[in-house]
Amino acid sequence: MKKVFSRPKSLKPTPFHYCPGCGHSILHRILGEVIDEMDLREKIIGVPPAGCAVLAYNYFDIDMGEAAHGRAVALATGLKRALPDRIIFTYQGDGDIAAIGTAETIHAAARGENVTTLFVNNAVYGMTGGQMAPTTILGQHTTTSPGGRREDRDGYPINLSEMLAIARGSAYIERTAINSPSNILKTKKAIAKAFGVQLEGKGFSLVEVLSPCPTNWKKSPAESWKWIQDVMMLHFPLGVLKDVGDKPR
Amino acid sequence: MAKVLMRGNHIVAEAAVRAGCRYYFGYPITPQNETPEYMAERLSKIEGGVFIQAESELAAINMVTGASMAGGRAMTSSSSPGISLMQEGISFLSALELPAVIVNMTRGGPGLGNIAPAQSDYFQATRGGGHGDYRNIVLGPASGQELANLTFEAFDLADKYRTPVIILGDGMLGQMMEALEFPPEVSLKKLPPKDWVLTGAKGRPSRILRSLLLDPVEEEELNWKLMRKYGKILREETRWETYACDDAKMILVAFGIGARIAKGAVKRAREQGLRVGLIRPITLWPFPSKVIKDFSKKVKQFFVFEMNMGQMVEDVRLALEGAGEVHFYGRPGGVILTPLELVRVISSHYFQKKLG
Repeated sequence: MKKVFSRPKSLKPTPFHYCPGCGHSILHRILGEVIDEMDLREKIIGVPPAGCAVLAYNYFDIDMGEAAHGRAVALATGLKRALPDRIIFTYQGDGDIAAIGTAETIHAAARGENVTTLFVNNAVYGMTGGQMAPTTILGQHTTTSPGGRREDRDGYPINLSEMLAIARGSAYIERTAINSPSNILKTKKAIAKAFGVQLEGKGFSLVEVLSPCPTNWKKSPAESWKWIQDVMMLHFPLGVLKDVGDKPR
Repeated sequence: MAKVLMRGNHIVAEAAVRAGCRYYFGYPITPQNETPEYMAERLSKIEGGVFIQAESELAAINMVTGASMAGGRAMTSSSSPGISLMQEGISFLSALELPAVIVNMTRGGPGLGNIAPAQSDYFQATRGGGHGDYRNIVLGPASGQELANLTFEAFDLADKYRTPVIILGDGMLGQMMEALEFPPEVSLKKLPPKDWVLTGAKGRPSRILRSLLLDPVEEEELNWKLMRKYGKILREETRWETYACDDAKMILVAFGIGARIAKGAVKRAREQGLRVGLIRPITLWPFPSKVIKDFSKKVKQFFVFEMNMGQMVEDVRLALEGAGEVHFYGRPGGVILTPLELVRVISSHYFQKKLG
């Protein structure tokens, strides 16, 4: 019998701890597939965030170095400058990258730091129990935006990827989603594209992934996928926000 | 090598490069700006040299962390408010057991303070400074020559013990020009290999560098491991200088540039017939408690001078465990006093204790 499906070599045989329906499990899986398919396992170094995905190093069979909350791209900068021929990526949540780590991220993009960031946007602080995130959309209920996020009280959500696309040093910015098989495949392609951009030394690349958090959204996995489609995407439209292509910066 | 005349902030930079530092990350702050300026120029002329002016001290210390994870000799420099911002990163470096060299050309504080020389960051440096149970090796140079030597050695100490090393200078040490001789440049190829660095899992199992240890037993084990390491540092790396202590009836304890002033005061006091000596801790952590305690067998009067309101004086009291009387004189806020002023205070205590 022919084997048609197996664990990517870049993933350890460790069961994920993520909640049922969580986007991290799917993203880990496709990231592992990309690392295998691009034959990067022996030259890639990952920087996990503080947040639900902090334990990513338990699942990836690659070198990983943990950063303080929000500082992943600064740490990745040090790694990449010391090891310019390796592939360096950070894996960060919305709170990590778009609140506490905004400065580090914007300046890495402005410098054109040749690293790749996977930005998992689930519009909520997951690991700490569902507080309001910088990407929590207006009206969304969280434990720290009772009655729903209100612009007069809580301010507006931040569209970080659009901001990063303006930065002259960014080379590739795409927003995708984990809410359907086709969008999952597009996400996988986007990650491969971003690593390709880094391999070619073009500058900062980032893939923002709208990702379900059924536990904190208090929705079923199926409802969560639908909520991404019907609500989240209105605020965070999918697509390639920047691609310098072959143009010199 | 012939002697050269250089400013302290340049000395630090040149000594670091000679020690094999190829990765410098920093953010401008007075009175240490000459260090990043020198590094920007110097490292741009070395193959593999990296200089980044970061967007903040927070970013700078995390870039240091990244370069250190990759196995490089990495450093940053700053002054008091900037060092406060780096405390998060220093705590992480300690937990991750990563070597790094951090220079603090201390200025008057708290808050924004001023840009004048001070020693008010002694607690912050020697107690860890950030969250959690850890210590840094803290070196307190008192001259341009010592600044060169200790910066050079700091990289070896950091690598040997896999721990951050802080060079605790001050605005005066950073700005003052002195003649000195540099140690010869090390060959990077001859440095001991590191078997823990992140380079990509090629031909070996993958590696993790992390400080999150959710299991309390595991976290406790890390703390025990760190304490064993600190014990070894305490036993093997404690350094100090004694001056005119043999027949002393009163012993001064001072560090860094304060000790330079104190030495001048001891010389003047000796000219006036006062039998005073000086102990100068060179490692501020580990603190030379034993040598101070040993002197208490024949000397009962100790006099601590610092350019702060009394920080190291607590370590002197702890060292003595009640075996001697401790007097203190401090000038905080960036004020620099003269040996003449200090000798007046010393002699007042000296005669009140009827030592004359």
